Amino acid sequence: MNGQTGPARPDPDQLLNRLQQEEDRARRGKLKIFFGASPGVGKTYAMLQAARRAREQGVDVVVGLVETHGRQETAALLTGLEQLPLKEVSYRERTLREFDLDAALARRPTLLLVDELAHSNAPGCRHPKRWQDIEELLDAGIDVLTAINVQHLESLNDVVGGLTGIRVWETVTDRLFDQADEVVLVDLPPDELLQRLKEGKVYLPEQAERAVENFFRKGNLIALRELALRRTADRVDDQREHYQQLTGSPLRATREALLVCIGPEPGQEALIRAASRLANKLNSDWHALYVETPALQRLPESRRRLILDTLKLAQDLGAQTATQAADDIAAAIVAYARDHRLNQVVVGRSRPGRWRGWRRALVDQLARLAPELDLLALARPETPQRTGAATGAATDREPAELAALMRPYAMTLAICLATALAATPLLPYFDLANIVMVFLLAVVGVAVRYGRGAAVLAAFVNVAAFDVLFVPPRFSLAVHDVQYLLTFAVMLIVGLVVGQLTARFRYQAHVANAREARARHLYEMARALSGALAVEQVIEIGERGVEASFRVKTRLLLPDERDRLQPLPVQPGKPKIDTAIAQWSFDRNDPAGLGTDTLPGSSVLYLPLKAPLRMRGVLAVAPERHRLVLIPEQRRLLDTFAALIAIALERVHFVTVARDTLVKMESERQRNSLLAALSHDLRTPLTGLIGLTETLALDLAAEESPHQESLAEIREQAVRLALLADNLLDMAKLQTGGIRLRKEWQSLEEVVGSALRLLEQPLRGHPLRLALDPKLPLLQCDGVLMERVLVNLLENATKYAPTGAAIGVTASVEAEQLRVEVWDEGPGLPAGQERALFEKFSRGHAESATPGVGLGLAICQAVVEAHGGRIQAANRTKGGANFAVTLPLETPPSFEIETEGNPALPAPSESHENPS
Amino acid sequence: MKTPLDPRLTVLMVEDERAIRRFVRAALEREGHRVQEAETLQQGLLEAATRQPQLVILDLGLPDGNGIDFIRDLRAWSKTPVLVLSARVEERDKVQALDAGADDYLIKPFGVAELLARVRAVCRRHEGEPGGEAAVSFGTIRVDWAHRQVTRAGEPVHLTPIEFRLLAALLAQPGKVLTHRHLLREVWGPAYVERGHYLRLYMSQLRQKLEADPAQPRHLLTEMGVGYRFSSQ
Repeated sequence: MNGQTGPARPDPDQLLNRLQQEEDRARRGKLKIFFGASPGVGKTYAMLQAARRAREQGVDVVVGLVETHGRQETAALLTGLEQLPLKEVSYRERTLREFDLDAALARRPTLLLVDELAHSNAPGCRHPKRWQDIEELLDAGIDVLTAINVQHLESLNDVVGGLTGIRVWETVTDRLFDQADEVVLVDLPPDELLQRLKEGKVYLPEQAERAVENFFRKGNLIALRELALRRTADRVDDQREHYQQLTGSPLRATREALLVCIGPEPGQEALIRAASRLANKLNSDWHALYVETPALQRLPESRRRLILDTLKLAQDLGAQTATQAADDIAAAIVAYARDHRLNQVVVGRSRPGRWRGWRRALVDQLARLAPELDLLALARPETPQRTGAATGAATDREPAELAALMRPYAMTLAICLATALAATPLLPYFDLANIVMVFLLAVVGVAVRYGRGAAVLAAFVNVAAFDVLFVPPRFSLAVHDVQYLLTFAVMLIVGLVVGQLTARFRYQAHVANAREARARHLYEMARALSGALAVEQVIEIGERGVEASFRVKTRLLLPDERDRLQPLPVQPGKPKIDTAIAQWSFDRNDPAGLGTDTLPGSSVLYLPLKAPLRMRGVLAVAPERHRLVLIPEQRRLLDTFAALIAIALERVHFVTVARDTLVKMESERQRNSLLAALSHDLRTPLTGLIGLTETLALDLAAEESPHQESLAEIREQAVRLALLADNLLDMAKLQTGGIRLRKEWQSLEEVVGSALRLLEQPLRGHPLRLALDPKLPLLQCDGVLMERVLVNLLENATKYAPTGAAIGVTASVEAEQLRVEVWDEGPGLPAGQERALFEKFSRGHAESATPGVGLGLAICQAVVEAHGGRIQAANRTKGGANFAVTLPLETPPSFEIETEGNPALPAPSESHENPS
Repeated sequence: MKTPLDPRLTVLMVEDERAIRRFVRAALEREGHRVQEAETLQQGLLEAATRQPQLVILDLGLPDGNGIDFIRDLRAWSKTPVLVLSARVEERDKVQALDAGADDYLIKPFGVAELLARVRAVCRRHEGEPGGEAAVSFGTIRVDWAHRQVTRAGEPVHLTPIEFRLLAALLAQPGKVLTHRHLLREVWGPAYVERGHYLRLYMSQLRQKLEADPAQPRHLLTEMGVGYRFSSQ
């Protein structure tokens, strides 16, 4: 069981986990806690000083809430710091002023001060506790400064209560304290604190003055100080170990893991806290288990609710919780411990001499069943205050429930009566020893049908009836023959044994049935979901599945494209949804509402639907009985249903995506074939036209015909028409839904060279100035389209620059970008039109005689932008236009270096291996 | 190119557009060639088998099929040079046609002069089978096959083995467009056919060593999106 006794080496998963936590933490805000032994040590003062220091360093500091308690020196520190206004919450005709979480989230300072970490919020606030507000702030990436006293730490609550005799009800889970990024201990020796108290520098609430005086006794203060110092030292210890673990230093060889068993009696919170402290000290995981036996199942609702509250407390303190239905508590505990590899079992110790309860037997049973487990019987402190509510609640059963409970007994009496009546006529014919069998049969029948209690009743009633009606002297309870006492005893024992067995089997059958039903529902829903092809189907199947498995009403909320949940119309028989809570749950991937830390007052539980890739929606669950969502097993089952629905939603989403992609591909294919056909149809007649004019031109030249000039003009126009068709088709290709770039590694020099060769003719009249950096890296681009850009820019230059004016291309690398400029010494661009130039059909001069439709530059822009680059037009200072294209450079591909001087050159056809 | 060109060729023209057929025929007959016409792919294959043309001019966009299939069929039994006519948007078709065995291509619309120049180049290449000479010259460059030596204006130029192999592959088929895949396979081997960046880099190095102005090459020409072509002019 304590299997992990391997070498002292850090577990890689654990390390990874830790690094992941580290990473999460980096994104979260930082929490700094000012920690003190008692009120009055100066936590708020220290916190404000830290805030002022941060502000001097230029940090954006805002005060969310600070309690000065009228102290002058503290209030003085507040001046000059930005303060958030408090939110007014009305509660029972009183107006309470509370910290405004939403305002803080909206303001988003770098550093926020929120005093009194342990404070409980007024009902109606988003979270019941302030520490939950702070968690949300941290999640939002806001750094928080806060303060807390040692007695408010959940795990020390009992200890402090025991030491000082004063209990505080506002507690904070230790997890927050342990996970805080920094804890600053604000320490003050008790004598100085008492001095301050005398001087009236410590705030004392009026009504509690007597209690507080009691509290501030020197002995108490010393004890509290010791606790605070110790707790801080523990934290430092943890940090050291954490550091060692990260740096690979020796680690504890075995890992302890605790299982704390919760009993049905009141006062289990102390046991939970003690276990939590122990687990903390051992730095181990811990589980809390409640085993529900048939007897415990009959506990009144309020008691069962209390047990669930205890489980919730354990969960809040960091335990993993479970309830299990079983007959044998010890066996269930051992099985659970073995399943979860827990090597220490903690149970509460019963007081000696009191009732021989299940505990003592339990420890012995556990020891017998699992000798390998360490057993810890913890002392059970007296905690009458907190549990008062439970003791008086034993009788608060509902009348209907009571009636249901009474029915078996009524039936039992009826059966007994019938038996007696049926047996009476038999008396003359049968021995009494045989007649008693009829009564025994009745007892067995009752036991089988109605369980143990009814069986006992039946045994007594039948014995009495048998005695009175059959055993001489008849019609009296007296018994002449002692041997009938044996008959009575046997009948009673048989009744008890059969009743006990029946009850057990019935219970097991009930549990098995419930499990089977859940498994079946889960299976049915999974099967139905796997066949769903539309979101509506998933919603319908999901809602029906959850409602069939639990006694709940559900609704499924789905987000739109911008991750806002779509509000649903109110439907009769469906729960009313608060979209704001649902959205909160969706955004933060945290359950909210009933039974959670966030707005537990709501009657609906909101479960986020988290699929592998992203959030898919929220499942709102409104149970008929609130208890449902508090039972860990039920919650886990609900989570399983939610996960199934989420995965189904994700699958359906991808089905839609795949279908859309297919449609898109098909339409692209059609577009391409249309463009290809169009291109073919346009070019073919032009080819004929140009070719025929040229052939004709040769004939006319031979004849020295006067029509030669006209023919040359026809050819010229046809060529222009061909160019126009090219441009139009290109533009159509670029415009109609995305260009498919055929990116390859290109050498810019080559692209420029190719463009220049295509324009050999038009460029003839212009001196060409090329300035290409010889060390230009390869560029990943669509070579044909990039050539087109250069051709268009150069062609543009030849159109506008007069014959003889120079045209140039320069290329260089500037800040991870390739910059290519095409310039000319022409008239330049009309001022103010640099941008408009790139618009389709736009041309620099409206009434220009220069041919072209102005599509060229628009094509350039579309191509360059598709490559993630920019194109800009400007006039050169020396006159003329300059078009600059900047393109992002990517890391060039790797090359196998060719080793020089290898004379044995393989023939080309054999050079399959690396050329070297 | 030692053997003089026979001016009279039989040319098979596979083209469905009458106007184009007509002017190509006029241009070629003016040069003294004989022209056979076919309107469809099937008819073209039939004509090619029966007439034994010395050149096929093929439109890629035929009504009854893909011109690339025509080339594949033809190449199964004939080495007759094929000149492909294509529209500019179909870059991939051109590469496919060249890889299938076409010798050159013309982009529509094209002029008479361009057509005749390509016809001459294709035929010259096929008439004078290269490989026999001990040395090749173009511009100021002389390549001595026997000694694996390259000189530029009489000065020796140092080429790495791969550069030399690339130059040899280009010079082996002067005037013909060699696709990227073809060159990569010939020079680097079949495992490299997808690594176009090798080709870009070595072409650039070759141009630096052999061209007067590498940005405006005269001999080692780029056919953007298709491949490279060596021109001896």
